[in-house]
This record gives sequence, structure tokens and C-alpha cells, in this order.
Amino acid sequence: MSEDKKEQKKEPFEPKIVGFLCNWCSYAGADLAGTSRIQYPPNIRIIRVMCSGSVDSMYILRALLEGADGVFVGGCHPGDCHYIDGNYKARRRMVLLQNILETLRLEKERVWLRWISASEGQKFADTMNEMTAAIKKLGPNPMAKHWDL
Amino acid sequence: MTKKTTPIGAVAVIGGGITGVQASLDLADMGFRVYLLEKSPTIGGVMAQLDKTFPTNDCSMCILSPKLVDCARHENITLHTLVDVQSLEGEPGNFTLRAVQKPRYVDLEKCTSCGSCEDVCPVSLPNAFEYGLVKRKAIYKPFPQAIPNAYVIDKEGDGKHRGCVDCMRCVKECKSGAINHEQKPEELTLQVGAVILAAGSVPFDPVVKPEFGYRRYQNVMTSVEFERVLSASGPFQGKILRPSDQQHPTKIAWVHCVGSRDAAVNHEYCSAMCCMYTAKEAVIAKEHAADIEPTVFYIDVRSYGKDFDKYITRAKEQHNVRYVRSRISEITEDPTTKDLLITYEDDAGELKKERFHLVVLSVGLCGAGEQKHELLEKLGLQANEFGFLQTRLEEPVVIRPGVFAAGSLVEPQAIPESVMQASAAAANAAALLKDARGTLVTEKQYPPERDVSSEEPRIGVFVCHCGINIGGYVDVPAVVKATQALPNVIVVEPNVYTCSEDTQKKIVDAIRTHQLNRIIVAACTPRTHEPLFQKSLREAGLNPYLLEMTNIREQCSWVHMDEPLSATEKAKELIAMTVAKTRFLQPIQEAEIPVTQKALVIGGGIAGMTAALSLADQGYDTVLVEKESCLGGYLQKVYYTVDGLDVAAVLKQTVAQVQQHPRITVHTCAQVTSLKGYVGNYESEITTAQGTVSFAHGVVVVAVGADEYKPRSYHYGKNPRVLTQSELECWLSTCTSQDIQKTETFVMIQCVESRDDKRPYCSRICCMQAVKNALKIKELNPRAEVFILYRDLMTYGFKEKYYKQARENGVVFLQYDAEKKPEIEAKDRGNLIVKVHEPMLGELLKIPVDHLILSTGLQPNPDNPAIGKLLKVPVNDDGFFLEAHVKLRPVDFSTRGVFVAGNCHLPKFISESIYQGQAAAARAATILCQSTLKAEPNIACVDEELCSGCGVCLTVCPYNAIDRVTKESDGKSVSHASINEGLCQGCGTCVSACPSHAIQQRGFKDKQILPMIEEMCST
Repeated sequence: MSEDKKEQKKEPFEPKIVGFLCNWCSYAGADLAGTSRIQYPPNIRIIRVMCSGSVDSMYILRALLEGADGVFVGGCHPGDCHYIDGNYKARRRMVLLQNILETLRLEKERVWLRWISASEGQKFADTMNEMTAAIKKLGPNPMAKHWDL
Repeated sequence: MTKKTTPIGAVAVIGGGITGVQASLDLADMGFRVYLLEKSPTIGGVMAQLDKTFPTNDCSMCILSPKLVDCARHENITLHTLVDVQSLEGEPGNFTLRAVQKPRYVDLEKCTSCGSCEDVCPVSLPNAFEYGLVKRKAIYKPFPQAIPNAYVIDKEGDGKHRGCVDCMRCVKECKSGAINHEQKPEELTLQVGAVILAAGSVPFDPVVKPEFGYRRYQNVMTSVEFERVLSASGPFQGKILRPSDQQHPTKIAWVHCVGSRDAAVNHEYCSAMCCMYTAKEAVIAKEHAADIEPTVFYIDVRSYGKDFDKYITRAKEQHNVRYVRSRISEITEDPTTKDLLITYEDDAGELKKERFHLVVLSVGLCGAGEQKHELLEKLGLQANEFGFLQTRLEEPVVIRPGVFAAGSLVEPQAIPESVMQASAAAANAAALLKDARGTLVTEKQYPPERDVSSEEPRIGVFVCHCGINIGGYVDVPAVVKATQALPNVIVVEPNVYTCSEDTQKKIVDAIRTHQLNRIIVAACTPRTHEPLFQKSLREAGLNPYLLEMTNIREQCSWVHMDEPLSATEKAKELIAMTVAKTRFLQPIQEAEIPVTQKALVIGGGIAGMTAALSLADQGYDTVLVEKESCLGGYLQKVYYTVDGLDVAAVLKQTVAQVQQHPRITVHTCAQVTSLKGYVGNYESEITTAQGTVSFAHGVVVVAVGADEYKPRSYHYGKNPRVLTQSELECWLSTCTSQDIQKTETFVMIQCVESRDDKRPYCSRICCMQAVKNALKIKELNPRAEVFILYRDLMTYGFKEKYYKQARENGVVFLQYDAEKKPEIEAKDRGNLIVKVHEPMLGELLKIPVDHLILSTGLQPNPDNPAIGKLLKVPVNDDGFFLEAHVKLRPVDFSTRGVFVAGNCHLPKFISESIYQGQAAAARAATILCQSTLKAEPNIACVDEELCSGCGVCLTVCPYNAIDRVTKESDGKSVSHASINEGLCQGCGTCVSACPSHAIQQRGFKDKQILPMIEEMCST
């Protein structure tokens, strides 16, 4: 059954995006997109975390190694972090991670970090539209192929 | 003498709608016993009948149901349904309330709500909950989520239709012997310290307006009936059908102000919420069926609340709801097609006749006192001229000492106002009975927790249809089937509404029957519903943190409505990911943290002062911090109100009360410069001219106000004849009679630089300011001409009366379109001419003026973003604070322990600020009344074996919650990190910083998150 599914998924390319959203801002923003019925592509799978600062780089790398085509990390706007400054830490970690992606020959555009507040349902949906389109353009994650061998 | 005796620590709440429910929950959480008395067989009120709520389009039942279940489960709330109140005697603190408990004929303890009685009942009569659109039996349950969750027998019928015929078939059918036709009315006597009246109001019955054809034409229905049509659990299962032929109508018209703003039925008030629910019904109807063409016939669109204007704009622009400004005088029917014909005047003034398949009458509310109302009569209470139980502006929820009122019994209003008044009434009762707090309460006892550590995971998954909110787009049976195949999943059950009380029982039963030890609820967002389901786990003897939720509504059905296949696949995958995590969930025991039973109130305007007084009156030491040199805030700029409130006296008295209160410390010229800690344990630094003081407290109320916006247009600031409304108010209060006699023409322009792209919100108060000042001008100089140029006149509720009064006094109201704003022409010597295009006349009017008055509304305090950062609470796009939930948590923030009141939440009137201040105090007191709170569950924990004691985590922890401890082990000293469970707030920053994965966050451990990633990537 899973084989059939893979067959179906080959065409057209529908990227698989994993999203780590902080409980206080981005997850609430995604909720607001829902209650406002703002439509966006169904490519993201959201994992709720308490703070963007808790998103271990290992999670992001693991997702890419396992075959995710993109990873989205959503946090509170600078200065708005529920835990004072977790989002700044997420941002610093992201810069370091970009270097690692380069050594893996992965496009750094596969990993997005964005600030989305609890009142920005529209922005969340817009970001999902943009990211899905951007990853579609990049094509499937080459690492996924590598691991398939 | 009697005053010295301790009051009774119990409160009777009369009326079980959302208002009564909120008041009951607050009081019960503040340490009082509550008797919730409801006349009908179930609590929930009108809100239970609504489909969605504006402006968020939340499912009404979904947000209400957890509160109803909480009421039913609360140890300190005793619920009495089918109760008629008879009398109230005694004095504040010690009342005797007598009531009659009418027979239900069904034993609440025994009824399992199985419904077999209903199947055999031969009597069928109109279902009142569905407004007679369908029938029900004589034995019935009002609605699926009814609380109490039990059947009831209707012996009386509804006048036209007979009720129970005593055939006794139900008695034979009932397996649990719950039915007793011999039940007799019983007398109920309650000793209480205070009473809260929340008996609500009833929708207007348009039968008395024959021109609309209601009941004559089948396809004319009321807006409340249409709510049921929209509802998935309604008569048509959420399909939009019209009554005459059960066909799908495409052209639907809504007619505003039916039974409101109408002298013919003696309803010269605005019902305050109809404009918004009409927009919502039109938008939701379109969401149900894209081919619907909604048309709204309106007089004004009163979008005066938070984000209301944006909602109307969205309705017009995104959902193509057509708005036609025209008062409808008659509806006729085409007898062959049963279509309806509406004649109206279009923008150009031409008469048009248009055909509609269905017409919805947007009905207003009727006051309880309009018809003979037993409750008011028996309690000897007087209704106002409109039939409502009006209160005084300065004491908006007080009827008399010990007797409080809230909700639409007081004035027509929407849900957030009712909820705030409910909390405010609870605060007043709590202050009166503070010496008896905690005397009549018991603590909830849960069964002991089952030790599941040695058990294999046995997962139960409950998949919610949420009516059609999920089930209409996600193929729930397919999701159930796919979930059944997942490892460790023992049971998968679909539910219509997983949040209803009977489903909670089902969950508890399933846990016990199948020995489940992990639970997944695939429904809506955990941000609103997790606590409800966690309680169900506790009732079944499971640790509440063995629950996970999958959000297949906000993340699937509501955002992928056009792609049901993808939505279904996504739902399956999200549940599979949750199962992967849930297999590794472990129980969590929270630490107990002490609560500092003191409050900090930021902002010394009327809202902040009221909140401080209410907290202090309830017995909590409170510090009030005001930025300016004196207390009063914006109220100092208000000289009079239209309804004759002596503003200066109220201000003076409130300031004196605050300053003299032994439990209040006031700091003026002061600012909170630092705030550390968390709910129950804050430490603030307050900087004043004298220096810095620190203060330990458990909660924060933010009430930092707003100020009048100073415009840039219309020569303001350049021409002395151009003033803002509050500057005019000041001038009118201080000018000489000669000054005013000299001034002949005033023109007021509403919505100046407001409700536009830059400031897309309505400031709620400016229309009334204009009306108030216009009436004042006419009082001082009856010869003066006053023109008010407006877009929509927002005189909601009883304020409509003054709009009428102004028109009668000769004030000229001219409506203008947002696209054709009035313009001015400056003449010599500063004379001004206002040019306005009047759509009704179709002419450009030129008015020479002596004074041009600009209604600019309020702008948020520029400090809000900084204060928001300090308190870790959000500010919305307009710059006002964003509460936890616009409908049901209007004074709370998502951040526990922080509350909001007054103009910093949204612009509002004095009485609204007063009751919101009291409401914030009530919500804050639910925390302050406890000596300890449960600490955050999702805190970090250290694996000492793995920890090398490197100390990286110490440097990243924002709360200094990690220490390095050194131990002797095998003769060597080894160090490792140690978490202070009281200080850790569970952000997880240390977890991602730890180089050896020695720190893990409870509920978000690597071994819980990584399986989700693997699961997702494996499909």
C-alpha cells in the first residue's frame, strides 16, 4: 500500500514539510488561520513545541535526512518571546545550521525560520503558500534519494 | 448587630446561559459554593443554539461545551435545572432563596442518556431548541451536549400541542429504571450570601410585524432559526435548505433591525449584536455552499467591537456579501414559487424589486420585563422603559447590595460583554462575602492514579467530527480505519462532538474497559481543549499528561476545505505522528509552587482603579502604578455623559477610595521597569521619582488606557476653529454663555482618519461623543445648527435613545460614503466651508461652519508594545492588547496570571471599563485565592548519568532555573546540572543547547519528537 502511495506521489511533486511551531505565537497563528478559514496548501505537518528556542538542530537535520523536503520553524516576533529570548537563540542556532546544510550540499532555502504572532493567521497562510512554492521549485530533497539507496 | 456575623460563603446564580455559567465558574474557583439555578432542563442558554461566533468564526458549541462540562464537574457548583425562583428574603450576606424544583420525571443519577425511551414515545411535538423546524418526542434531551446529560419529560406541551400522554411505554423501555411519572414539585430553600441574576433575554418574535410575512410565508425565517439551519446538529444537518420545499436556496436576503430601532413595537433601542451575527451568517452560509449570493439590507452597520470592521470588510470583499443600505418596509411572496419579493431603494434612490429564495430576519432581543416576567415580579425588581433590568453606570452590575445582575438581562449585548459582566458580578459577590471565602467548598477528589509504567502502551483514539466542522471535509470513517491499523492502538472511536459531556463519560469508560493507558483526541486545538480532556483522564485514574491532541480542525478541515482528499490524508498522517509520540508518553507530576497573594495593577484610570479596588475589597494587597502624576486617566478629559452621570464626582470618589484603602498602595509618576517571575510569583521593580521599589506579587492587571487620536487632516492644528470631540467637550464645559451664543454652526465629521487602511478599527465611543456634544450644544444654544456627518452611527444598545433625542432636537445627521469623504474649503479670515456628498439627496452640500469638530477616536497607548514585552503578552495589529479569546476569555491573556481591562483592550465607555476592571479582578482572584499552584508540567529534567556538568544550559536558561551541583562518586567529585522545578518555565531552550542530550523536556523529549519526524517521513 505504501508503495502505491509513493507511486502516486512522484507526480506531480508535492513537498513534505515539517513545521516546528512555538505554542504561544506561531501555533496560535496557525490556529487563527484555521478559525479564519484561510486556505493554504496541505504540505506542512505541524509539531507543536513550547518555544522555537527548544528546536534542536538535530531535529531539523534528522527531518532532512529522513526525507523531508523542507523544515519550517515558527517563533514569536523578536522581543515577544513568551520565554524572554528563546527566539533569539533559535535565530543564532539557525545561522550555525545553515553552515552545516552547506557541507551536506543541501540548499539552505529548505529550512525556514519565520516570526509569526498569534494574531497573524493570514501571515501564517501566506508563509505556507510561499514556502510550498519555493520548495516545489527546489525539487525533492536530494538527501532523501541518497538514503533510499 | 447582624452585620457582625460572618456572611454565608455561597452564591445563587439565576440563569444558566453563558453569563450564569461564567459567574458560577469564577465564584467556584474563588472559593465559594455556587447554586446555579436554571428554569429550563439544561444549561447553555442561547449560545448553545448558535452555530458559529463572530468575529473569529469559532464553533459556538465547541467553545461553550468545555465550560458546561466544567460546571457539571465542579465540586463547588450545585446545578439545579427546571427551577422556578419564588422569593428572596434577608439581607446582603445572608439571604434565603426559595424556589420550586419542578419534576423532570427522569432520575438524573440513573439516566444513561441512551435514548431508547425516545424511540418508543408516541408523542411528537415541535422541538423548541430547533425553533420548531423539526419535531421531538415528549421525552427528550434538548440537544446532544445538554447538561445535565439526561432526558426530561414534557408533560405540558406548548399550548397548541399536547405533551406526554402517560402511556408509560418509556417506563417499560428504560433499562435503568430512571423514569418516574409520579415525581412531584419540590420546594428548594437555599441559604446564600449573594445572588447573581443572569436570566438573559428572548429573541424578538416578528409575528407582530406582519409586513415581513413571518409565519405567513414559509421561506421567511428569523436569524436564530437560521443559526439552527447552519448548525451541523440542526434540523438539516448543516445543509442550507429552505422550509417550503427543502430545496437549496441561492439568493438569500437578510433584513436588519427587525424588532430593533423600531418605535412601532416600542423597541427604540439597538440590539447591539445583530449587525455582526448577520455578517457572520452570510459568510458561514457562503462557506457551506459557494453558490449562495447573500444580500444584506441595513440601516447602519454597527461594527463597533474588536476586529468587527475588518470582519465586515472581509465579508464584503472576500465573501462577496452584498450590502444595500435600505430600510425594508414590506416583503411579499410569489405564491407559485414561494420565492419572496423585496422592494428597496438603491443608492441612486430608485425603487427596485428583487426576488429571493429565502429571507432571514435579523431579530433583536426583548427585555425580560417586556411581558409579565415571573422572576422580576417575584423579586420585586423594576425594568427600565425598554423592559431590561438596567443598572447604574458607575455600578454596572449592581442591582442592590448583595443582588447583582449580568448579561443581556441588563442590556442587549454580545457574548464578551456578558462574560465580562458575569466575572464582574462574581467579583462584587466575592468582595461582599470575603470573610466567608472557602467555608463551604470541598476539594475535587480524583481516583488514585494508576501506575502504567510497566504496561505496554494501549492507546485509545477519539476522532471528532465536530459536527461538520471536521466531518464535512475530512473523511472521518477513513481516518478511523487508517488509525485502527497503527501500532499499540487498541480502540478508535468517532464522535460527533468529542467535547460533549457524554463523550467524556465514553472516554472514561473506554479507559476502564480497555485498560487504556494513553489517549489521543483528534479534534481541535490543544490550546483551548486540552484541559477538558486531561480532566477526563484524571477521572479515569490516568495521569493527565498521558493525553495528546491532534489538531485536525484548524490544521486540516478548516484550511483545506477545497481539497477534502488531501485534508483526509493529512489528518491520517497527523494522527499517525501523534500515535508515534504517544507510545512514548510518560506520566508527569507537577511541583507545587506557593502563590504570593498580592496584585499589581498597571494604569490608574477608571479600569485600573476599579480593578485595584475590587482586588483590595476581596482582601488582596494591591499596588497600583500610574505613569502620570495623578490618578484618573482619560476620565479626567470627560466632563459629562449623555445620561447624566456626574463624572467629576465618580472620579473624585473613586480616587479617594483608592487612596484611602488600607490594602492599596499607589505609586504615581511611576513605571514598572522590570518584571521577573511567573504566575503566582512575580517580582517587579517600580521606578518613581523617589527611586525604585520592588514588589512581590502573584498576578498583574494591565489597564494602561488609550488617548484621543490627533488628526493630521482637515486643517487640524492650523485653524483654531477645528477641534477634536474631546477638545469641544472641554470648550463646551468652560466657555461663557456669550461664546456659545455667538457660535451658530457646528459640523462634526465622524471616522476622521479612522476605519481606514491605516487605522482599520472603529473606536466605539466617538459616535456617542458626537451625539452627546451635539445635545449639549443644543441645550446651551438651541438656535445653533449642528450637523453630524457619519458613515455608520454606532449608538448600540440603549444609546440609540440619545441618537433619536438628538434628531428630535434638530441635530442634522448626514450620511457619507467612505469613498467620498467630506472636504473643506478655507475662506478668508479662517472661515470654513464643509462640502459633503449626501447619497440620499444625491447632491453636494456646502455648509459654512463656525466650528469643525473631528471625531478621531482613540489610539492605543504607544507604550503597549513595550509593556507587552515586559509582561510577555501580545498586542494586536491595531496596537491594542490581544486577549486569550475574544468571546469567552475577554480579560485573560494566554499567559497565566496576566489580565487586561479598559481602553488598552479596546476603546470603550466608562461603565464598560468599570465592569471589565472588576472582571479582571475576579479572574485574578481565582489565582490569588489559592495558596499554592501547580507548576508548569513541561519542565526540563536532567539525566545525571549523561550530564558532564559542562554548564552550557546554565548560560542559556532565561530563568536561572539551573544550578550546577557537585557530588562525590567513587571518591571523585562529579558535577551535573540540576533543575529548580519551581523556577523552570518549560521553554526547552536548555534541551536544544545540551551537547550530550542529557537534558530533556517533559512531554517533548527527543524520544517523543523524533518518532513523529520518522513517522512523517516514512509515509
